[in-house]
Amino acid sequence: MNEMQTTTANAMTAMKERPTLDLADAMSSGNRPAQLREKVSVRNLNFYYGQHHALKSISLPLHDRMVTAFIGPSGCGKSTLLRTLNRMYDLYPGQRAEGEVLLDGQNILDPKFDLNLLRARVGMVFQKPTPFPMSIYDNIAFGIRLYEKIPKSEMSDRVEDALKRTALWDEVKNKLNASGLGLSGGQQQRLCIARSIAVRPQVLLLDEPTSALDPISTAKIEELIYQLKADYTIAIVTHNMQQAARASDYSAFMYLGELIEFGTTDQVFTKPRQSQTEDYITGRFG
Amino acid sequence: MDTAMLTLYARRKRAHKVAMVLSSIAALSALVALTWILATLFVKGFGGLTTHVFTQMTPPPGSDGGLLNAISGSLIQTIVGTLIGTPLGILAGTYMAEYGRNTKLTTTVRFINDVLLSAPSIVVGLFVYEIMVKPMGHFSAWAGCVALAILVMPVVVRTTEDMLLLVPDSLREAASALGAPRWLVIQQVCYRAARAGLITGTILAVARISGETAPLLFTSLNNQFWSTNMNAPMANLPVVIFQFALSPYEDWQRLAWVGALLITLTVLALNIIARSLSSVKASER
Repeated sequence: MNEMQTTTANAMTAMKERPTLDLADAMSSGNRPAQLREKVSVRNLNFYYGQHHALKSISLPLHDRMVTAFIGPSGCGKSTLLRTLNRMYDLYPGQRAEGEVLLDGQNILDPKFDLNLLRARVGMVFQKPTPFPMSIYDNIAFGIRLYEKIPKSEMSDRVEDALKRTALWDEVKNKLNASGLGLSGGQQQRLCIARSIAVRPQVLLLDEPTSALDPISTAKIEELIYQLKADYTIAIVTHNMQQAARASDYSAFMYLGELIEFGTTDQVFTKPRQSQTEDYITGRFG
Repeated sequence: MDTAMLTLYARRKRAHKVAMVLSSIAALSALVALTWILATLFVKGFGGLTTHVFTQMTPPPGSDGGLLNAISGSLIQTIVGTLIGTPLGILAGTYMAEYGRNTKLTTTVRFINDVLLSAPSIVVGLFVYEIMVKPMGHFSAWAGCVALAILVMPVVVRTTEDMLLLVPDSLREAASALGAPRWLVIQQVCYRAARAGLITGTILAVARISGETAPLLFTSLNNQFWSTNMNAPMANLPVVIFQFALSPYEDWQRLAWVGALLITLTVLALNIIARSLSSVKASER
């Protein structure tokens, strides 16, 4: 659907300056803004686990309010790439990144960049649901309390809003004080997404968010991703080709730590430029 | 099946029976010993369990009395000892599991802690005697509390580290991913996830020190009278039991049985609480 605007990554970079959207573009891309802006720019990124060189000179953009899927076989570095975008690797000694990751033009790899403030702006949801051992309400309120001091009524509104946006409200509104651990896997994962968006980040990183879930919960979360991209820039790591095709606007195919191909999802899936991409997408390897 | 297989099978069945009989005997003998101890305690101690025990001081030989000063002394020293030892133990365990994982300091502390965990308590008593009682020139309740704290600490360090290591890293990552600083992740998420285990560890540590005699013998000694002065010798149940049980006076021996019963019931209760807490945790998973 975005074919008219963009066909290649280069073209997109050139178009990012374009100031206004015209009517035809607005029509062709639904209600989403046709103005492409690089929310995150990865530039010449190298990543090391000790001696192991896990990411090799990766450069790619994450466009504002678009979904970008990272695909590729296990061990290709897609999760590693995602984890550099909020510097999650910083928790572990021996892991380091070189190069630039610009968030609205600021290099987040700069050691002076405040980690906690970065993570408040770049939210993350993990493969396995990770509800905190506290009530459903407190699971959501935990993140909000970190950076905002708001009255109780407003807090309740924020919690309700987050749960409504993740379509969890009707299922939990009568048991907000029950433990988050008592929810089903799919509900727990939606709770984790609600928790992430409650702190109002700008970028949302999803690391295989549906791989531990059944098809119905998966469909709900994909629907949610579609709705969330109106407000957030989203990057998703997935092993599921159909999911990448369904849920993303841009796709990055990675292999052995290198970025093989980046483009609109339509282009990557229908007219891949690299033979490796085609082989992977059609299931010939990986 | 051919005959070779059948003989093999028959032999295995015999071996199974022998193993089962042997292990049943072992289990039963442990149970018999425990019941015997409890039964003796009840028979000998229950008769002397009057209100006087909780209202009067330890008597001189030949007169009526109770264990009030010993009970209160034990409570004070156990509580203060736990209050000193537990925070130190939890902080040390937190460092080992959260900040200093795989560092040299952690490996060293863990090794020393394991040694301390199995150190005879009389050694701890002598140590505190050397560093506190001798310089101060007299026995004191403070010294007793410190000795008990030294016994509490390794148990708490060990359980804290183990329980925090059981908290999955994904939970830490999830909290960090929201922008929570490290100390808040530990305090709000890790401690909460490990709470039942931490409480259980502390209760077991309290159970361990509530019957300790040797470390108190060298530190707080004993006191025939009511005393809440932490700088003076203080009575406590284990030492009173030790002294009274060895005496030739019948009324003292009777009180020793009562004291032993009280300690045993306390330890039993603490263990049951710890057990039920850890099963609550298991059912939450």
